[in-house]
Formats: sequence, C-alpha cells, structure tokens
Amino acid sequence: MARTIIPFGPQHPVLPEPLHVKLVVEDEIVQEAIPALGYVHRGLEKLAEIRDYHQMIQVVERVCGICSNIHSMCYCQGIEEIMGIEVPRRAEYLRTIWSELHRMHSHLLWLGLFADAFGFEALFMQFWRIRERIMDINEATTGSRVITSVNVVGGVRQDLTPEMCSWILSEVDTAVKEIKEIQNTILSDYTVCARTKGVGVLTKEQAYDFGAAGPTLRGSGVASDMRLLKYAAFDKIDFEPIVEPDGDCYARSTVRFRETLQSADLVKQAIAGLPQGDIAAPCKGNPEGEIITRVEQPRGECLYYIKGSGKKFLDRVRIRTPTFANIPPLLAMLPNCELADVPVIILSIDPCISCTER
Amino acid sequence: MIENQIDVTLESLVGEVSKMKSDGQRMVTFSCTNIGDGKADIIYHFDKNEVLTNLRLTVDMDKPVPSISGVYFAALLIENEIQDQFDIKFEGLVLDFGRKLYLDDEVTIIPMCNNTKAMKPKK
Repeated sequence: MARTIIPFGPQHPVLPEPLHVKLVVEDEIVQEAIPALGYVHRGLEKLAEIRDYHQMIQVVERVCGICSNIHSMCYCQGIEEIMGIEVPRRAEYLRTIWSELHRMHSHLLWLGLFADAFGFEALFMQFWRIRERIMDINEATTGSRVITSVNVVGGVRQDLTPEMCSWILSEVDTAVKEIKEIQNTILSDYTVCARTKGVGVLTKEQAYDFGAAGPTLRGSGVASDMRLLKYAAFDKIDFEPIVEPDGDCYARSTVRFRETLQSADLVKQAIAGLPQGDIAAPCKGNPEGEIITRVEQPRGECLYYIKGSGKKFLDRVRIRTPTFANIPPLLAMLPNCELADVPVIILSIDPCISCTER
Repeated sequence: MIENQIDVTLESLVGEVSKMKSDGQRMVTFSCTNIGDGKADIIYHFDKNEVLTNLRLTVDMDKPVPSISGVYFAALLIENEIQDQFDIKFEGLVLDFGRKLYLDDEVTIIPMCNNTKAMKPKK
C-alpha cells in the first residue's frame, strides 16, 4: 500500500491555535505522526532577564489565558517559598477558589469545543452558555474575565465580600444544575459514544512512559493529580483525583466532565472554610536560591523551576506546561486510527498551543 | 533548596535515568540554566506518587550530552528545545529537529545565551 503524507494544521477548523502534525497514512489509516511546533513561540521565559520578579507575574499570566490564574499562583508560591514568605490562610483559600473557577471554565470551554469537533453544535452552545456564568464570576470578583491578575508575591490583591461569596455559591449551584441537565447527552448519546469510545487509546503503561499529564494521564487509569501535594488550601479540602480506566477519547472527556462538577464542589468547600484575616503578607528583598514548584492546571501538571541570585531579575524561570508533556502521548494515540478521527483525538488532549509556545 | 537531588555525570547519566525508569518513575521534564563560563546546569525531574527526584548534570555547553530519548521517548521534545535555546547538542536523539523546533533558518543568535552564534541548521 502506498504511503501518503497529509499535513494536519497548522490551520485547521478544530484548532484555534497553530499546531502542525505530519500524518503518514496508508489507505486512510494513520501509520505515523510527526509534530512541528514553533509557529507562535514567544520566548516568555527569556523575559525574566529584563522584567523583575514582580513584573514576571504579569508575564507568566500570559503564558495561557485559560489558566492564567494558576500560572501566576504557581510562580508566586515558588517565589514565596524561596523568600520564606508565609502566605495568609485567607489568601490561600481565595487562590483555591479562583483556580477551581478557572478549571471549571476551562473544562466547559473544552467540552464545548470537543462537541463541536464531532459536529454536535447544539451541545457546544450549551456548554459555552453555562461557561458564561463562571466568566461573569471572574469579571465581578477580579475585574477581568480571563487574565484575572489577582495573585501577588505574598498573597492576593482582591478579596471576596460575604455577599459575593453568596452570589458565587448561587451561580455555581445553577451551573451545576445546568451541567447535569446535559450530562446524559455528553456521556450517553449514541453519536458521542460512536465517535469517542475505543478511539485514540492510550494505555496506562503508555501514559506513564510517554510522560502524560492531567486528564490525559488520569483518563488512562493513573491517579496522579498535583492537588494531592496540598498546595494553597488543598490541605483542608476533601479531594480525590478522578480516574477513568479506558484510556480512549471518551475516558478523557468523562474525566473532564466529572472534574467540572468536582471543581464546583471544591469552590463550595473553599468558600465554606474561608477564614478571616489578611489577604497578603509583605514582601521584602529579592529571591535567592532555586525552587521547583508544581500545581495542577486544567490540562494537567504544571512545573516551574525558578532560580534567583539575590537580584531583582531572576536567573531562570523555566515553565513546563501540560500540553507540552501531552504531545509525545498524542504521537502514541494516533497510529492505527482512521484519518477522520484525528481531529477528535488531537482535541482529546485539550491542546493549548499558547502554553506550549510559551 | 531542591530536595531529592542526585548529582550525575555525562558518563553516569543514561544509567541513572534507566534506573529511574526501572523504578517506575514518570519523567516530568528537565530544566536547563546557563550558569556562566560556558557551563550549564541540566536538572532532570522525575515523579513517582507526587514525589520529585532530580538528577543534576553540569555540562560544558560546547560538549555533546547523551540523549535520554532512547530511555524516555518524551525527552525528545525537551532535548530539541534545549538544543534551540542553549545550543547544547544531544547525541542519539530519536528525532532531531536540527535546531528548528522553534527557530527559523535565519536565526543566528542562541535565544537563551546572548552573544553566542547558533550552529548551522541541518539541511
């Protein structure tokens, strides 16, 4: 059988950002996939040379719009650990609330895009309609829908009033009710199951060997979640990673769907336990030393390596984003799949090229 | 301040990484830092049950480093990235983008090491 190379991307209807995969196909069956990156690489890590460690918060928030809050939280907790700053408990709870709201809107965005990828536009609209409730909470509590800019070294810069907390709880409850109304459609509909079950299988061993992260790893039966490290307020919040064993596109979408509901519960737990007190500790001096810090973003584990030498400019900020880690597992999912399933499989890792091309 | 750190050399690197794999460690990533005087620190991060183990390798930037992509396939993108950003070459890379993972042919300055000429991209 003759082999043909078909370029997937960098411009493709299911990808809002440029990613290129060379697909080697035989009779519409993918034999091999070779990725190509670098279309929009921004070199944000390099900016640490000319932006001081406070200004770098604004830079890392722009690594990714969808999980901007969690990037800045990870960076700030790294700097705080190097400098020995004790963050007030209230600030840790507030960080937890905003980070779980980010996870909710990220997963709702993805669930909509995923439905759109296999042609279910009504479902796409429903998920994005629900997502607007979370975006409204972001806007009302931080002043911005996407890049919330609430984290600073030592804590947060915005607080929540009791009225705001009540309103958030009510909006989250409504969102949960609306999500549950379409639960059967996303999890049981014939079309959804036909397009996702048994498609793009990544076994548990492959997920581990290829360094998968987040829902891609948990969708293959590995109970790995950085929230188990108990950063922010997770030491006081009841949390168990959500795991699905099958490793296919359906398992990965189920993990994200269940995590959306779980995040709503985590937001409610954090608001219920929100202590009184300051929202930021003073930060004096410059960071000296090196640290590795990790958090769980909507797409998976994010790692920051930060090195400072007592100057206001850091020596190194290294950011490992989850999508970058999920590209090698994607190369294991694609061989032996049908060409028509490629968009669904690629989307099933929730690719964020903004993160990858940091 | 980095916990669970093991110092390795160019000779012991692949053996130590293979031990990590046998131990069931998941490769997270590795971080490269230019430490001056033509040297760089590469820290390999591995995870098992949410505990990180780090292998630290200090290298001369003009000497090739053995690739670990034969042990952990996922290392190939990270090694290509370091090749682009620091001009450190990796021997035995399973898929070598030839300094073109991020950079275009016409780029002659190594991004993370100012005033350093880039190697010529592979044709």
